Amino acid sequence: MTTKPRVCVLRAPGTNCDRETAAAFELCGATAERLHLYRLLERPEQLLDYQILCFPGGFSYGDDLGAGVVFSASLKAHLGDAMARWLEADKLTLGICNGFQTLLKAGILPDGAGSWQHPRHEASATLTWNENGRYTARWVRLKVASDRNVFLRGLDEIELPIAHAEGRIVVKDNSLTSQWRKNGQVALTYVPADDDLDQSRQYRIPNPNGSTDGIAALGDSTGRVLGLMPHPERFLFGTQHPRWTRDQTGDQEGAGLKLFHNAVAYFG
Amino acid sequence: MLWEVEIRCLASEVDREGERVVHESAGLGVHGIHDVTSARLFLIEADWPLETVEEAARRLLVDPVTESCSIQRIDDKTERAAAPTTESRKIVLNVLLKPGVTDNVAQSAAQALADAGFDAKAVATGRRYWLPVDVSDDDIAKLTRRLLANDAIERVSSGQLSMSTLLMGETYLPKLVTVPLRNMSDDELMVLSKTGQLYLSLVEMQTIQKHFADMDRDPTDIELESIAQTWSEHCSHKTLKGRIRYRDENGEQVFENMLKETVFAATQTIRQQLGENDWCVSVFADNAGVVTFSDREHVCFKVETHNHPSAIEPYGGANTGLGGVIRDPLGTGLGARPVCNTDVFCFAPPTTQADDLPPGTLHPRVVMKGVVSGVRDYGNRMGIPTVNGAVFFDERYLGNPLVYCGTVAMLPVDRTEKQVHPGDLIVAVGGRTGRDGIHGATFSSAELTEESETISGGAVQIGNAVMEKMVHDVVLEARDRNLYHAITDCGAGGFSSAVGEMGEHSGAEVWLEKCPLKYQGLTYTEIWISEAQERMVLAVPPANWDAFRALCEAEGVEATAFGTFTGDGRLRLKYGDLLVGDIPMALLHDGRPPVIRDAVFQPAPAEAVKPPSKSHYDEDVRAILGSLNVCSKEWIIRQYDHEVQAGSVVKPLVGVASDGPSDAAVMRPDLTLQRGVVVSNGMNPRLGDLDPYWMAANAIDEAVRNAVAVGADPDRIAILDNFCWGNTERPETLGSLVRAALACRDVAIAYGTPFISGKDSLNNEFSFTDEASGERRTVAIPSSLLISAIGQIDDVRQAVTMDVKEAGHRLYLVGRTTGELGGSHWLMVNGLSGGDVPKVDVELAPKLFRALHTAIVKGTVRGCHDLSEGGLAVAAAEMAFAGGLGARLDLEPLSRTNPALPDAVLLFAESPTRFLVEVPAARSTDFEACFQGLPVTGVGVITPDQQLTILGRDGVPIVDSELSTLKAAWQKPLDWE
Repeated sequence: MTTKPRVCVLRAPGTNCDRETAAAFELCGATAERLHLYRLLERPEQLLDYQILCFPGGFSYGDDLGAGVVFSASLKAHLGDAMARWLEADKLTLGICNGFQTLLKAGILPDGAGSWQHPRHEASATLTWNENGRYTARWVRLKVASDRNVFLRGLDEIELPIAHAEGRIVVKDNSLTSQWRKNGQVALTYVPADDDLDQSRQYRIPNPNGSTDGIAALGDSTGRVLGLMPHPERFLFGTQHPRWTRDQTGDQEGAGLKLFHNAVAYFG
Repeated sequence: MLWEVEIRCLASEVDREGERVVHESAGLGVHGIHDVTSARLFLIEADWPLETVEEAARRLLVDPVTESCSIQRIDDKTERAAAPTTESRKIVLNVLLKPGVTDNVAQSAAQALADAGFDAKAVATGRRYWLPVDVSDDDIAKLTRRLLANDAIERVSSGQLSMSTLLMGETYLPKLVTVPLRNMSDDELMVLSKTGQLYLSLVEMQTIQKHFADMDRDPTDIELESIAQTWSEHCSHKTLKGRIRYRDENGEQVFENMLKETVFAATQTIRQQLGENDWCVSVFADNAGVVTFSDREHVCFKVETHNHPSAIEPYGGANTGLGGVIRDPLGTGLGARPVCNTDVFCFAPPTTQADDLPPGTLHPRVVMKGVVSGVRDYGNRMGIPTVNGAVFFDERYLGNPLVYCGTVAMLPVDRTEKQVHPGDLIVAVGGRTGRDGIHGATFSSAELTEESETISGGAVQIGNAVMEKMVHDVVLEARDRNLYHAITDCGAGGFSSAVGEMGEHSGAEVWLEKCPLKYQGLTYTEIWISEAQERMVLAVPPANWDAFRALCEAEGVEATAFGTFTGDGRLRLKYGDLLVGDIPMALLHDGRPPVIRDAVFQPAPAEAVKPPSKSHYDEDVRAILGSLNVCSKEWIIRQYDHEVQAGSVVKPLVGVASDGPSDAAVMRPDLTLQRGVVVSNGMNPRLGDLDPYWMAANAIDEAVRNAVAVGADPDRIAILDNFCWGNTERPETLGSLVRAALACRDVAIAYGTPFISGKDSLNNEFSFTDEASGERRTVAIPSSLLISAIGQIDDVRQAVTMDVKEAGHRLYLVGRTTGELGGSHWLMVNGLSGGDVPKVDVELAPKLFRALHTAIVKGTVRGCHDLSEGGLAVAAAEMAFAGGLGARLDLEPLSRTNPALPDAVLLFAESPTRFLVEVPAARSTDFEACFQGLPVTGVGVITPDQQLTILGRDGVPIVDSELSTLKAAWQKPLDWE
């Protein structure tokens, strides 16, 4: 019998998706603990007791200095060694929405151990304000673009909701994205739904925030780190889908659950 | 040293704030502003060399991929770098917060800098704008006042900043202040009431005077303030709970306690009728109403208003309005977990001309944008989904917009009772106390004028949602660990109200010098009545204090014991060794003289209306769809997170393209259960102008029918009242309110739908001096009763949405259509008034609700939409374009039961308790069987095309429109960028 993988759902002041994210992992058979950042800072080495580290969505520190900035600064200032060892080890790291913003701004993405506290690493990409200048909540259709990301195994397309103000990826140098593609780091891109191109102005528009190359999620080149703007933990049940009353899919499992299943199965 | 860090976006990025100013300046009548640049500012007071400031900015303040920064000292001109030459031909304006206004970003920056090893003495934030040099001084003044800054909280300077320090606060030497009340004449009492912002009546002032004469001393300032807070309309609801002599066409009634004898009485009657099946838990007692939900949890609901602060500073007002109502359930029982929010706004039309604004008012577009942003930023940050709402427009909301915010929360079944024990420590958790929000409770009980912003600017606050989220987290954890005996929120009246309420039966001693302050210099009275946000007060037994404090500390939340509940029934206030107040609790809670008011209602004489007869009504349908009250609110909804917490089942926008108007929200508060809550609302201020009784009846009907339409069990719906009215010292205004309350009583009992909580906000009027005529004018809002409903659904998989699902399905009209056109949108778009007010059939309505619910539970219903503004035609249009399928309706069967009603009336009447229901042909017999003896009519069929066609009784199309044109008309008005 395999033991249940242990998940650390790391919450900071202002994190607000930790409960349902922990519930998603538990639904898939993991043991999830909502750990406060301050507890981890007291004893950073406890991080290695877990198999999966998840940065959930929310507004860490109010996003007052930009999304994920304060959370990531705290990680950089106090978790140097523990995080380096974590990223070297055979562990999985997931950042959802604010968690993705935190991963990118901390330098855990785009290159995992390669960009975490690398002396020469300088931010080459950021997540910043949506093109429309405001917070936007809607469902989007996504295409898996990476052949190696653990969380996305067995998935081709998926619908999930986004809910963010700062989800537009901007890169300093455009050659970066082709490098990402080559390394299997572009994980998800926004795509139009084929049955729905003429229907509406806004629903499932290809790129809801103006992100470079329509990128919605990034991974590292090992495939063990994933940061994504959409919220897979908001599609655990059929009744969460915006059209479940039309498609009569209320009894089905939500497609977002697959990401959590994949993570748990990795340690199975 | 004082450093300025100026951050601008790179040329590759869009300067959104600059663009906003360009875009909106034309709307203010300032033309020719084509180019505005903006920057964010951080001011950092720290004795660091330039390199350290640069390093700090690079690490935390600037995003190097999208921004650049420049740094200079502003406290020492000699060290200042030369101003960039490219800017020399621009007007430079700096916007900074006024001292003492909450600056969340600065606070976060200071903490984050310290965490990274950069300890600054103080941090402030601001914005900078560069405007073309040829803008006139008048236009600059206009832009400054209306677009760049809000005088209530911000100050503007031009040119380079020059300041010496950000540090504020002064040493406070406590000095006891007594008010020589005993010797005052009546005139002097009233002057004191007004200038002291107590806003008490002469009788009340005289009562206080007499109490202290009996005690043989004058009151201290803090005693007087405590009484004024507790006795304020806002805190005591003295008018509606007071003695009212009411007259209408049916004669005279005298109420000893009007609310108790109407709204509360209805609930009591219903609970008695339910007997042992009573599902109410706590009504009108705690901070929110509570009803049963599951074996594990009860559900609580509370809706509040925050009107006056939102008029002056829309963002902060709405922000703290939502923040405040979230604390209500958090302070209900031993603390409930918020699961969703709802918001309803009333504004003047955003199309109002800038020149038509009375002095002292903000443009309704500015108000609306500010309010929406305020709710968005607080709700989204708290991680509470905003799932339901509405917006109403009427010119009379110009000086006095309405902002209703509500929160639904879950309370464990064994955590409903709170009980203060003598000896418990009085503990404050959360935000620190500052000068923000002084006199909010008394201010909200007064009328707004063009001077309000100057007098009461201090009443406006900015919320800090993350602080409240942190408080929320520790409170719920402490609740589960049984660490405290009682809890309440700090709202209007601050500590004064919270401690006064909690200690009503025990007594309390308060140590004001212990309260943590944002800055030094607050007087003991300011500490006591400050309405600084994000604070809760708890009664913690001394044995649990260490554990409680440790829990708070572990999550970075400040907790302070600042007094003790006694047992002597007195309120004793101390600042160090100085006793500054000592009065019996009974004086606060029972000492107020009853308010006695006259109320009259005179029904307006019926005014006949002759509805126009046309050959085609396509234009009418489009006009109603495109009217402000009916049109799509997607611009607002998309800015709210409506899915956080993962409970979403029926969203605010539904249909094939997720853009149709949902009737109500359905969500699962407990992800392990299929049981759901349903949230809806009903309101129609237009009907109040005709008859407030039927306005209230229609509002209740609308809230209930919205809930039933998505699948709520009509026997498990509870409702809340929120009365927003004008000045009820006028008997006619109070009369209209009493009349509405009478309908609340009658309809609630008839429907078996109990009121479980409520709130009123009176004095919603705006007075100003007309600049043209020099005359004093007062604008009162329309009588605005919001009914908010909290329903339940046994299994969320039974929920129904309003979009049509499949061609070939039938359409049924449930309910009876009558010829009452008064207040209808159809008359409005045709420029007509008059007509009879639609009346609710209280015998028939509950039968229809139950029959429809049975049909839904049996699975015979695939789509369902309630009929409201625009009646049958608009409901059909909305269902069709939401579902992306056509519909063909025929009025002939309907005309058979209503031979006297013209086609136009069948199309557009807004008779209550009606639904348009989509039923698969194969289920139509089962469906019809649920409606034995009830009015239900087959009216049409879903078609595979993209056309809405409605045939008149003679078989000729009277509506024949493409769905795309209908949808475009509906989406256009508020499709803002």
